[in-house]
Amino acid sequence: MYEFVSGPLALISFAVFFVGIIARIVWYVKGLDWRLDRVAYTEKLGDGIKGAVKSLFYWLLPLNRTTAKHPIFMAVTYLFHICLVAAPIFLLAHVVLIEESWNISWITIPDKLTDYMTLVVIAAGIFFLIRRLVDPNVRILTTASDYIVLAIAIAPFITGYIAYHQLELGAGYKTWLIIHILCGEIMLIAIPFTKLSHFVLSFCSRIQIGMDYGIKRGGAKGRGIAW
Amino acid sequence: MAQEAKNQDLPPLVTRKPVKTKEELDLLLADKGIRYYEDMKTFPVDKEALKKNLATTCKSRIRTWLEICAHCSLCADTCFFYLANDNDPKQIPSYKIQSTLGELVKRKGDVDTDFMINCMDTAWGKCTCCNRCGMYCPHGIDMGVMFGYLRGVCFSQGFVPHEMKIGSGMHWIYNAQMDVTVTDFVETCEWMAEENEDYYLGLTIPVDKPNADIMYTINAREVKHYPQDIAEAAILFHIAGENWTVPSKGWEETSLSMFAGDWAGCKNQVEWVYEAMNRLKPNRMVVTECGHAHRATIIEGPYWAGIKTGQTPSPSIHYVEWVLEALETGKLKLDPAKKIKEPVTLQDPCNYIRNGGLCDVTRKIMSYIAEDFREMSPNREHNFCCGGGGGLNGIGRYREQRNIGLKVKRDQILATGAKFVVSACHNCWDAIRDLEEVYEIGIKWSFLKPILLDMVIIPDHIKPKEEE
Repeated sequence: MYEFVSGPLALISFAVFFVGIIARIVWYVKGLDWRLDRVAYTEKLGDGIKGAVKSLFYWLLPLNRTTAKHPIFMAVTYLFHICLVAAPIFLLAHVVLIEESWNISWITIPDKLTDYMTLVVIAAGIFFLIRRLVDPNVRILTTASDYIVLAIAIAPFITGYIAYHQLELGAGYKTWLIIHILCGEIMLIAIPFTKLSHFVLSFCSRIQIGMDYGIKRGGAKGRGIAW
Repeated sequence: MAQEAKNQDLPPLVTRKPVKTKEELDLLLADKGIRYYEDMKTFPVDKEALKKNLATTCKSRIRTWLEICAHCSLCADTCFFYLANDNDPKQIPSYKIQSTLGELVKRKGDVDTDFMINCMDTAWGKCTCCNRCGMYCPHGIDMGVMFGYLRGVCFSQGFVPHEMKIGSGMHWIYNAQMDVTVTDFVETCEWMAEENEDYYLGLTIPVDKPNADIMYTINAREVKHYPQDIAEAAILFHIAGENWTVPSKGWEETSLSMFAGDWAGCKNQVEWVYEAMNRLKPNRMVVTECGHAHRATIIEGPYWAGIKTGQTPSPSIHYVEWVLEALETGKLKLDPAKKIKEPVTLQDPCNYIRNGGLCDVTRKIMSYIAEDFREMSPNREHNFCCGGGGGLNGIGRYREQRNIGLKVKRDQILATGAKFVVSACHNCWDAIRDLEEVYEIGIKWSFLKPILLDMVIIPDHIKPKEEE
């Protein structure tokens, strides 16, 4: 079982993930239409790029009014995303596995740190869950898929934590490890097909709205948009 | 169909096509919306056409926005309707768009009449397309853009507020948002020139003058209701020594078609103006103190007309840009002693501030005209809609919601301590007038032109000669 989930299934998951996200980006860009969107994407590319860079800069960094208005939520969100992306990529065990399989490797971060990062992801996930259940503004927007997507995103971290610490929670290390790998693979496969596609599409959207403001809505006049 | 049975002897008021004849228009005007909305309750949805429309016009940008919305509710307090309605979750921009366009796309147009009426009531009665929410969404999801799109979808199915259907029809029939003809326009210009030529020597309103520096375009209601506005513009251009003109055809720069979501009508209207540019070849066009007109004719218009660069045939600027240029170059000189002494605040119209980047321009103008200028909070690109944008001022069906929404602007104005609001936008001007009527907070409001005219130093050669 372990051989299967960590071998062929892992390969399939990565393939689906990479092909999927590339397909989503291609689909997004191909679907942009200067006339329907009313943005001169190619004709005014220079203004567009300026707007896009500005849009990414102010939002990849917490330099926007939303962060100022909702500092706690946005701090949790930034931390959640940084840890969610960085911890699995730079975890020593993951890098070693990849090196063994494909003979490529990169820098790692200490296990102690990834351990804390895992806890941050789980804690933030619980925060999002409670917020969804309690805040009437969020509740009215919430659909079943919001819970499923949250579960898919958090599961690899919970199971990874259990496996790493070899916690005996009804199953042995090996079982938890297999469950952890499966959860990770579910997440990878889910990314192109669910709201988790925001992994790439959020960047697409930020670039698009940046171009819109940069090209059309005042970007070329005066100071452009002040995110 | 029940509707057809009931009103079989009467011509239909609700249709999926724009109104293009005077007969249809008169019928709608006479109805005042009563049978119109009654008929709408049983007007069928053309599901096939709707499905096809969504498949061909709802592309990756909007589909992505609908899909990746995290349902986080951060957009809630960015919307003045949410704030004005005591933080009602049903007024959250994300909820409003997901429950309408989101569902529509999910169901691929398989929806019923009640659903479409709810779309209409949301797209016009709960959103002014001010685009403020889009500035605060971490994903950059602009719900105002989506509501603009939804309006187009509703229009194509006949689910459009009565006044918007009329407005769109006016543009098709008169090339203007009201029943103002080219003759009406030209005669009004002549009349205004005659009325004022004794007070400002040499004053004319040149019609169809080729190769002028400025081609000036206006809002039809200036002809119909405030001809003085045209006179003021003419006097200020004259004092500034401008080489200017108005086009007999192509003078109307507003677009109720845009508010209605009648995209073919939008194209038709702006092309009328662009033809005037191509015919008269002015160095540039200046549009009057109107927000949505600037948005329609200068910002969105080129795209409707299929101009790839997104630029109007002649470079175009808003009236406030011309005013600042005239003040900075000394073409207009103001008497500093006449600066407004009392506290004065400034309304930032969404359509040329957030969506046009002109916030510094209006502030520089304020430094010339006001001694005690007080900013609203929030301001500039982050200012709230006046409460009457997107056509809402003119829709009877949503008057109550509109008046509730005005509370946000009322409180913003009150917080400045100023009792005088400068509003270089027709829609904002109306909304502020109405909020004074509804809430009686004791304010006055004004366009820039009367203020400037009050302060401007009239050059000697224009002053009338004293009679012996």
